[in-house]
Amino acid sequence: MGKIQLTKVRKSFGEVDVIPGIDLTIENGEFVVFVGPSGCGKSTLLRLIAGLEDTTSGVIDIDGKDATSLPPAKRGLAMVFQSYALYPHMTVRKNIAFPLKMAGMDQAEQDKRVERAAKVLNLANYLDRRPGQLSGGQRQRVAIGRAIVREPAAFLFDEPLSNLDAALRVGMRQEISELHQSLKTTMIYVTHDQVEAMTMADKIVVLNAGRIEQVGAPLELYHTPKNLFVAGFIGSPKMNLIEGAEAAKHNAHTIGIRPEHITVGEGPWEGVVGLSEHLGSDSFIKVDVAGLGIINVRGSGELNVHHGDRVRLAPAGKIHRFDSQGLAI
Amino acid sequence: MARSLSPRRKLITTLSAWTVALIIFFPVLWMILTSFKTEPSAVAMPPQFLSADWTLENYVEVWARSDYPRFFWNSVVISVGSTLLGLAFAIPAAWAMAFVPGKKTKDLLMWMLSTKMMPAVAVMIPLYLLFLKLGLIDTKIGLVMALMLMNLPIIIWMLYTYFKEIPGEILEAARMDGAGLWNEIIHVLTPMALPGIASTMLLNIILAWNEAFWTIVLTTTKAAPLSAFIASFSAPQGLFYAKLSAASAMAILPILILGWFSQKQLVRGLTFGAVK
Amino acid sequence: MSTQSSRLAARLMVAPSVAVLLIWMIVPLAMTLYYSFRLYRLISPERTGWTGFTNYVWFFQSPEFWLAMGNTLALVGGVLAITVVLGLLIALLIDQPVKGQGILRILVIAPFFVMPPVAASILENLFMHPQNGLFAAIAMGFGAQPILFLQDYPMLSVIGIVSWEWLPFSTLILLTALQSLSSEQLEAAEMDGASAFNRFRFIILPHATRAITVVILIQTIFLLGIFGEIFTTTQGGPGSASTTLPYMIFKQAIAAKDIGRAAAGGIIAVILANIVAYFLMRGIGRHLDA
Repeated sequence: MGKIQLTKVRKSFGEVDVIPGIDLTIENGEFVVFVGPSGCGKSTLLRLIAGLEDTTSGVIDIDGKDATSLPPAKRGLAMVFQSYALYPHMTVRKNIAFPLKMAGMDQAEQDKRVERAAKVLNLANYLDRRPGQLSGGQRQRVAIGRAIVREPAAFLFDEPLSNLDAALRVGMRQEISELHQSLKTTMIYVTHDQVEAMTMADKIVVLNAGRIEQVGAPLELYHTPKNLFVAGFIGSPKMNLIEGAEAAKHNAHTIGIRPEHITVGEGPWEGVVGLSEHLGSDSFIKVDVAGLGIINVRGSGELNVHHGDRVRLAPAGKIHRFDSQGLAI
Repeated sequence: MARSLSPRRKLITTLSAWTVALIIFFPVLWMILTSFKTEPSAVAMPPQFLSADWTLENYVEVWARSDYPRFFWNSVVISVGSTLLGLAFAIPAAWAMAFVPGKKTKDLLMWMLSTKMMPAVAVMIPLYLLFLKLGLIDTKIGLVMALMLMNLPIIIWMLYTYFKEIPGEILEAARMDGAGLWNEIIHVLTPMALPGIASTMLLNIILAWNEAFWTIVLTTTKAAPLSAFIASFSAPQGLFYAKLSAASAMAILPILILGWFSQKQLVRGLTFGAVK
Repeated sequence: MSTQSSRLAARLMVAPSVAVLLIWMIVPLAMTLYYSFRLYRLISPERTGWTGFTNYVWFFQSPEFWLAMGNTLALVGGVLAITVVLGLLIALLIDQPVKGQGILRILVIAPFFVMPPVAASILENLFMHPQNGLFAAIAMGFGAQPILFLQDYPMLSVIGIVSWEWLPFSTLILLTALQSLSSEQLEAAEMDGASAFNRFRFIILPHATRAITVVILIQTIFLLGIFGEIFTTTQGGPGSASTTLPYMIFKQAIAAKDIGRAAAGGIIAVILANIVAYFLMRGIGRHLDA
């Protein structure tokens, strides 16, 4: 079981409040992604849950029991690190078995569990190699194997895919998602990559400057961002945020329109195309519109516009409205 | 910077490099040669290279007259003992400073190194009196303690540099895997740092073996190591060149061989990782 | 980045080392300080008492003290200059793609493993001796008079012996530094039209600066305490010509049997060492924490 509850969790390093106070509930079996720009406190929050850092104040409950002052070893959580943190002097088998050995499990049971994990992760042929002889993706699997053998209450992932190349990353992303579906164990996953967040999460927690900006399902954040920060952070290319007279027309301080909600052809706005990227399936163009600034447009299929063309644009879809505090209206 | 040279330049640089190296090494070589000559041959003028009378007599005589095995054994006990004791103090300290650094860690390290700057002669009398009072004069245990304390800053520094190269995430992983502090040090840190610990050990054995101040001041006969043995041997000047050479060779050869094996690690160790 | 419990554990683990080093430093220092203000002569043990600064005053008024200070400076400065300059030259030479580099390193490093009394007595007897030494033989081979090294040039002889012991250290460290210089950098400089001298001046020398400062720091630590080499060879003589501060203290303690004066000299030496240490640590210490 892996329900994790944070109550008023605060963390400061000396004078600096890295996390001024967070309340958050993570349900058993959920896949939760902490996402935010670098320095937003997402990794610190994960380390607080892991017990690798002390909380300055507040309570962390794991399965209804106060775990705030338990050492990491006693919390029943497993973690996959960014660098994988494999033990270089041990074979893959010993790496995976290490948490079981620390728990004092008997050898036969250790072997059984290691074999099972190796089969799941396609590592059966590599058990007697050292980490140094493995590829990046294989090391990643060993790190995951080491986490799953002890059947923890929850898995913690700290940017696990950031050291892999783009192609491997997509594959590992799917593997981790599948793992979650088969294990149904709580997973907390930290990333700065909003694509990872959108594709994997049951629930996304958007963090900024140590505060939670919004918690919700991926599409919920996409369709109804609570504030300007979430609106700007979720979605790629970024939502167009427009201030001034155009926003005033909609009774707002700022309005936001997603690039895919703008059509090219007829419309009230006119500008010159700056950058245009044609991927075949999609086209991305940047248009410099007088009075509005650069507007990102995403067209499905091929848009026949190029650098230097004059085009007219029209909003066609939801217009998000924000007040002067940056909150959604 | 391996760059290709013309064959002629390569020959010239090779020759000059070898010449320089042989000049630096020559005193050691000459000492070894002299140790195999008879005494008259050793002091003959002009010096004899290949025409000398070769003999093993000097070694036999030094061995028989000077109780060399005891000095040798004392050197082994003192250098190895002080190094092991030093490691016992230094491993935990270096662990703490490398993985739980605080604001004062660097100052602390600098302070430790600065204790080595104190001239030994300056505190010779009080230490002698202290050792006398504690009954440690001319005991192996006393020298082990003195040399351990003398080299402890260097041992800590070296280990600190090696430990710092171990990523902290691996120790955190061990903590997440359920290892307590003790298991973390035994199963993860020590095996990973083993090459570093080994070269620290080797280097400090060399330093302790060659120490020639406290070993002379704090011993008389019973616990005297090879450095004190040599100091006593070099007193009668002039006539005993061959025997002096033989005794010297016997004093330095064990450590010279050990040193040759560890010379690669020596640089990193002695510069505390500042030069790689 | 750590937890309270690990910080506590860290303190407990550093504590023993700090404690023993503190004792090792403080206790003899305090005793030395105490004796330095006492009248304490082993030849007249019945006369004891406080003497104020008499012992210190004796030191500062003694001409031998200023000579010893000069000699100490000459020893440290001379050995540093010789080992750094020669070390750099030899390192540059060995760094070339020459045959048998591994054996060269072994030959060059050897003197470093020779214990100081052996190094001193070998060089003194087998090489510098005016009748039987190799240098005398060479001089006579050229029809010249043998040089009386220890007699006429005692300080230079000591500097020579110590330099031989420490040359391997600086050479090896500078060689290691040179080997970490990427050949691409040198090739780029060559493409940019830099001559061999300019490549040395603007690429190689700056790259080796860190190594040079480290060599200076570490050698100074050991050179300030040089004792055995002088004890084995010149015994500080002739007269006081090769007496350094440590050796002068030693003479006061052992020959003159004046513990009070020796202690005062010890305190002066400690203060001087600390001044040097302070400047070294400030100037060079930052290079150490990689």
